[in-house]
Amino acid sequence: MIELFINAVASGLLLGGFYAAVALGLSIVFGRLDIVNIAHPAFVIIGSYVTFYINDNFGLDPIVVGLIFMPIFFLLGIGMYRFYYVCFERTGQESLSGLAYFFGIMFIIEVLLILVYGVDYRNVQADYVGKTLWIGIVGLPYRMLVPFIAATVITGGVYLYLSKTYLGRAILAVSQDRVALQLMGADPIKVKQWAFGIGIATAVVAGALLITIHPVEPSVGRLYIGRVFAIVILGGMGSISGTFFAALMIGIAESLIATFIGPSWAPAAAYGILLLTLAVRPQGLFGRA
Amino acid sequence: MMKLNKFWLVIAVVFLAGIGFTVVADNEFYFYTTYAVMQLMIMGIAWNILGGFTGYVNFGSGGFFAAGAYTTVFLHRLFDGPPLLIAVLVAPIVCGLIGLAVGYFTLRLKGVYFAIATLAVAIILETVVINWEFVGGAGGYYLLIPENIVFFDSYIEWLFTLILAITLIAIAVSRYLNSSKIGQGLAAIRDDELAAECMGVPTLRLKLISTTVMGGLMGMAGAPFPYFITFVEPVSAFNLLIAVNAIAVPMIGGTASWIGPVIGGLLLGTIQETVTVNISSELNMLIVGVVLVGFISLAPQGIVGLYQDFIRKRRKRND
Repeated sequence: MIELFINAVASGLLLGGFYAAVALGLSIVFGRLDIVNIAHPAFVIIGSYVTFYINDNFGLDPIVVGLIFMPIFFLLGIGMYRFYYVCFERTGQESLSGLAYFFGIMFIIEVLLILVYGVDYRNVQADYVGKTLWIGIVGLPYRMLVPFIAATVITGGVYLYLSKTYLGRAILAVSQDRVALQLMGADPIKVKQWAFGIGIATAVVAGALLITIHPVEPSVGRLYIGRVFAIVILGGMGSISGTFFAALMIGIAESLIATFIGPSWAPAAAYGILLLTLAVRPQGLFGRA
Repeated sequence: MMKLNKFWLVIAVVFLAGIGFTVVADNEFYFYTTYAVMQLMIMGIAWNILGGFTGYVNFGSGGFFAAGAYTTVFLHRLFDGPPLLIAVLVAPIVCGLIGLAVGYFTLRLKGVYFAIATLAVAIILETVVINWEFVGGAGGYYLLIPENIVFFDSYIEWLFTLILAITLIAIAVSRYLNSSKIGQGLAAIRDDELAAECMGVPTLRLKLISTTVMGGLMGMAGAPFPYFITFVEPVSAFNLLIAVNAIAVPMIGGTASWIGPVIGGLLLGTIQETVTVNISSELNMLIVGVVLVGFISLAPQGIVGLYQDFIRKRRKRND
């Protein structure tokens, strides 16, 4: 029993670290820019399929593929933001139309992937997939350990980038006071599109990690919507360290529920936590009131 | 007063025409197609009461719809096949209460939180249904269509008449909410909630009314669904396409008035049925998505808005 519990917590920790990578982009885009990009998990799934395609054809390591494609997704994100700005933000329609717009984009991505790849599950090949590291009674599968490490490194990198560099601080500034930033001579639109680009760029890496952890089919992204929003809100909207710890919490909660109640209940865990947070403490665990 | 009478006259004529249609037409295909179009229209009308009139986005339409459908399944199991009308009356109460509860907990927050919460409710309901063996669990549930039907030639004709009645009720409710004092309050919330609150509009109460009505109508649309397809399983009942459709219909028609989703429902429903029958259902989904995004980005006021622009321009030219 104890053994089962410790193993559930350990795999929950690994899972949670990976969730942090998925939620990272949304934490910037939703938490800092106030753009409700509900299609973020769909971009993660695109990342998974790109990884699958390259890995299947050229045998490249999934995480390397993710890193290589970051600049392309960065540009994609910039394009997405420009379109969003022109159509919705400039005319002040972001609340209703913007939400429905991202919902539509999410749906289109899913249908396109179904049209191209069908609804079969896809996975990737790498040397470490299938092996397990044993520390005493605790088994850590490499297919989860490697994504955990990669996710932690990327989260740490984004944290440092946002807090130490000029542009990172500008992103923080645009979330705090847009007009003041403008008075300082910086263009808020440029800062926002840069931040949105970073958000989407993290999605491709998250996608590569996702397909390393478990097989992917086009509608998997939907399950992640609740997880990532729960994590971002629980983590206090835009706080990177808060996001990381909230992700670990959700991961452990899901793993415990899957082990002791049943795997079919696990998807509801994050959504339950999300509803509870919204009802009781909407500013999140790590947020300021 | 004159206009009001005209509206009810049209409603009565449409209903009688529907009854006449069941007497005249024999091909069941027509009934299946028109049923699907009307179900789509009700979902759009219901979504628009909260989304269009009040300005709060609901992503969980599939959840409310499925809750209605599973109310029917639950009653069917519990009482060994009671009349469908009972389910059609109970489902809106159940779904209205779900809407009220979601609204109560999240509507005091910013609109996006409500949107995300509706998504969460849909997934939680789906997980509950998957794990609930009494209503069939993940495997689904078969319903046998009652054999003794009064008045109608076949069961689908009865379902057709029922959904026609529900559609007309939904239109009437939506029109009432749109043009009454409640509707003005809702519009005030949509345009500037803080200002509305300051002017003494009871914002929370109005928002709760509109979520409850939205949930109730969606549940009503879902209640006959198990009899329509005779086999319900969670994946089809909670399908994301339902939620996307419910948003697309008013977005295409126009969100500001009650007539928008009626037009959008007729248009999108006809396109969908044509494409699904003649080409493929995947392409149908792609078309819905692209049309939705296209209308949101290029014509945010929908067809009604385009028409009003057209009239305005023509009037200007004539002056």
